[in-house]
Amino acid sequence: MKYETVIGMEIHVELSTETKMFCGCANAFGAGENTLCCPVCAGLPGTLPVINAAAVDYCIMAGLATNCEITRHSLMDRKNYHYPDLTKGFQTSQLYYPLCRNGYVDIETGTGVKRIGIREIHMEEDAGKLVHPDGQSCSRVDYNRAGVPLIEIVTQPDMRSAEEGRVFLETLRNILLCIGISDCKMQEGSLRCDVNISVRPEGSEELGTRTETKNLNSFRSAGRAIEYEAARQVDVIEGGGRVVQQTLRYDDATGTTSALRSKEDSHDYRYFPEPDLMPIVVDEDWIARIRERLPELPETKRIRYERELGIPGRDARMLSSSRRLSAIFETAMAAGAAPRAAANWLIGDLMRMLKDRLLDTEEIGFSGEDLAALIALIDKGTISSTAGRQVLEGMLDTGKPPSKLVEELGLTQISDADALREIVKQIVRDNPKPAADYRAGKKKAMAFFTGQAMKRTKGKANPVLLQELFAKELKK
Amino acid sequence: MQLYEYTAHELRSLLRSGEVSAAETAEALLDRIAGTDPQLNAYITVLGDAALEQAGEADSLLKAGDGGALCGVPVGIKDNICIRGVRTTCASRMLENFSPPYDANVIELLRAQGSVFLGKCNMDEFAMGSSTETSYFGPVRNPHDLSRVPGGSSGGSAAAVAAGSAVVAIGSDTGGSIRQPASLCGVVGMKPTYGMVSRYGLVAFASSLDQIGPLARSVRDCAMVLDAIVKGDSRDTTSIMDAQDGFEARLETDMKGKRVGLPREYFAQGVDEEVRDAVLEAAKTFESMGAVCEECSLPLAEYALVAYYLVSSAEASSNLARYDGVRYGYRAHGAKDHEEMFVRSRSEGFGREVKRRIMLGAYVLSAGYYDAYYKKAQQVRTLIMRDYAALFNKYDFLLTPASPTTAWKEGARIDDPLRMYAADMCTVPVNIAGLPALVLPCGRGEGGLPIGMQIIGPARSDALVLGAGYAYEQAAGGGALRPVEVGGGQG
Amino acid sequence: MERKQIEDLAKLAKLEFTPEELDRFAGDMGDILGFVDKLGELDTKGVPPAAHVSGAVNVLREDVPRPSVPREDVLMGAPERDESGFIIPRVI
Repeated sequence: MKYETVIGMEIHVELSTETKMFCGCANAFGAGENTLCCPVCAGLPGTLPVINAAAVDYCIMAGLATNCEITRHSLMDRKNYHYPDLTKGFQTSQLYYPLCRNGYVDIETGTGVKRIGIREIHMEEDAGKLVHPDGQSCSRVDYNRAGVPLIEIVTQPDMRSAEEGRVFLETLRNILLCIGISDCKMQEGSLRCDVNISVRPEGSEELGTRTETKNLNSFRSAGRAIEYEAARQVDVIEGGGRVVQQTLRYDDATGTTSALRSKEDSHDYRYFPEPDLMPIVVDEDWIARIRERLPELPETKRIRYERELGIPGRDARMLSSSRRLSAIFETAMAAGAAPRAAANWLIGDLMRMLKDRLLDTEEIGFSGEDLAALIALIDKGTISSTAGRQVLEGMLDTGKPPSKLVEELGLTQISDADALREIVKQIVRDNPKPAADYRAGKKKAMAFFTGQAMKRTKGKANPVLLQELFAKELKK
Repeated sequence: MQLYEYTAHELRSLLRSGEVSAAETAEALLDRIAGTDPQLNAYITVLGDAALEQAGEADSLLKAGDGGALCGVPVGIKDNICIRGVRTTCASRMLENFSPPYDANVIELLRAQGSVFLGKCNMDEFAMGSSTETSYFGPVRNPHDLSRVPGGSSGGSAAAVAAGSAVVAIGSDTGGSIRQPASLCGVVGMKPTYGMVSRYGLVAFASSLDQIGPLARSVRDCAMVLDAIVKGDSRDTTSIMDAQDGFEARLETDMKGKRVGLPREYFAQGVDEEVRDAVLEAAKTFESMGAVCEECSLPLAEYALVAYYLVSSAEASSNLARYDGVRYGYRAHGAKDHEEMFVRSRSEGFGREVKRRIMLGAYVLSAGYYDAYYKKAQQVRTLIMRDYAALFNKYDFLLTPASPTTAWKEGARIDDPLRMYAADMCTVPVNIAGLPALVLPCGRGEGGLPIGMQIIGPARSDALVLGAGYAYEQAAGGGALRPVEVGGGQG
Repeated sequence: MERKQIEDLAKLAKLEFTPEELDRFAGDMGDILGFVDKLGELDTKGVPPAAHVSGAVNVLREDVPRPSVPREDVLMGAPERDESGFIIPRVI
């Protein structure tokens, strides 16, 4: 029996606004415990919330960037439950009228382009942080994070593999980084992902029972968790059992999921519209203003790269999906680099180097101008393209500009014809047999000659020039 | 005349002219509290030294010709309104030792006036009640008859004003909590249009119904307080930002030609005959001033009470969820984990009526019942608002009783929640629709117990409502009620 | 109302009651809810719920920081605390 994995995700994104969702406390990471609080976010009696206008704008931006419909008449709702990190005994969220609905994100995997539906994006607030010191019978609470604005992005259960899950997360993250509403750092908790996984026999239309998996610290973990949980569920079913609907915790070290101690069988959150907050009515003007503010989205870039710059489809997708890569690309072109050349360097060699170093595109430390300078050096013949690769590595590792690296590494190509002519003459003289072979028509012998010259010059000779000089010399 | 017998507007003249000082006035009030509170229990906290200090500051302002209309006037503050550094208990064990680190908006405004805070007035726990018998700090007694309730939940505020242990008081009204005790204690009380007074700093009971308002011994005093506390507040998004001020300035209102509606549902069975008669007498007074009074109908009146209990309980159950013993308030000792701490702190910290409302609220919102109960109640609320709007197309204001009966004996209804809830039938529809309403005395019933009438106007017609009340007051020969002798009643 | 229903509600509301209290509750709430079923008499098809009375919309706040309050103000009401945080019994 073959099984199909069905995956949906709920992604919480901390917005990079200046202030919290409902009060003027700073929205900042790493401050001293309980120093970013006020009576409102601490939930003191008598206090009232006031919605952060920027948070609404950011949510609309996220909606527009993921092709959602923006709800014209939206409300905040109270989600009632008790937990020590929740200061009001309820979380202010949106259930009945989320701000954005029915969008999609296109992803590209090994099998092609696929559309992942976004069911909704809504606004809510974060809770405080609980700490459970080892060996103590108490816990501690810090409310700095309480009230930080969040958007929750809920997908349709459209993903079918760990790869699709991972690629979706990367694509979504790139979009959010591109529009600048969050720094999306999973390690810092500004992007959190819960994965809903179920399995069903291939070909079946019905959805199986799904589990929810939390505690995913990276996109890689998300991928692994999906694989593990799908396999686990298949085992359960094949073993004659039934999958239990529950919340699981993924453990990165062991790569397994385990049940979180269930508090209540079902959570009755008793949602009702927040009486302290007025409705949010979004009109065409508001949407138009936000649209104007939006930077060029990855999808639009991709189309432009393909159609106007002639970058092949796959390369265009890769370039456009990363905020940093596309920024470097465009700056390089502005500094005079040819589009195809710039693209090739970025997609080919650079991506390889990043992978080897386990680096993110966001961590590229050189600029587009640097790249343009590198390409110019090669075009001019100052260095060979092989040397160029070395320089690129140096740019990545040290951030130094290419001209400096060429100097430091002594990579300047020998392009002085006079200097090379002597060497060429010498080699031809010293190798009569290959010379004769070449003159007889064996053009492959050229490789021998250029190889010898490279050895002699320690790889610094300009290979194109060498060929010219040898060809001339051998004609004689 | 004793200083505590004056109204705020009378004191204003005396203070401005320098005839009396704020310090003397404050002392007189504090003495009056000392003399009456052992019997009334109208105050949970008395701010003796702090009040005298404020009075001193008020005297400086007065000498300099500064300060607002209420400068130097001693005020009682209901104990669900936050004053920085002062115990704000909501008459509950849950907040017995809670001291807020901030002032409510109304407190900021009254401070700016130069008012003097006498203390925190007793109330029903978390404002849930109609008799001030559910207070953790003991019940409040009606100054007219100490064996009877003062009404609730602002019973302490009303009793203090009636007895002269406050010149004016600030209360809160969610289903009638200012107006009903004003009626039972024979004083003037007003609930402004929803949104006129900022709720920032008012410990929430039912967010879409709560409003802060004044209790006093004259309509003019109420207008003075409204002038001080009506101001848009960006910290409360339900706050009206463009309210017109000048309530005292607009008190003189010609009643000639005014159309007054008397909704028959408020005069039907359930309302005592003596109450009905007194209010109908008041209608005659309006007619003598040239108004036209006419019976009308608010067909959905009977549903208002039910809608009110569903909506208010639901909102209350959510507003009181924050009391869990973590950050402030009562925490049960020796809990082994956080769950136990939550459950025991809340069960030990809250009284019976509060717990009942929380349970009802949780039920009303719970899965499967939300549509039939909470959502339905909110829809009925829209219908009631439309009912009123239709009436106000025909009438300038409505006249009704403020309470179906006069003050009842302490303990008589506490075990009969339905009967207790029915006490609110005259006042609740007003909160449901967010309208302004003024209550003032219009007669005495058996035993000399006060009867109050209620003037209801369309939204934002607070000045008209006060004007109608003022006209009646002047025509009835009033303008300044005097405090009663505690327990003795006054003829 | 059934006992089990009341117990579940109490769990949601984080309240506990003695058996006598639960029984009395069942009685009280039963009465109140009977009184409540009256609403069913009204036709509310198509009537919008009155979530907000004032009619205002888009009441928002500029994203400009205001100083937070001193930590002491936040912590001072805490039943148990240390210098920088709230202390509670172990969270399950």
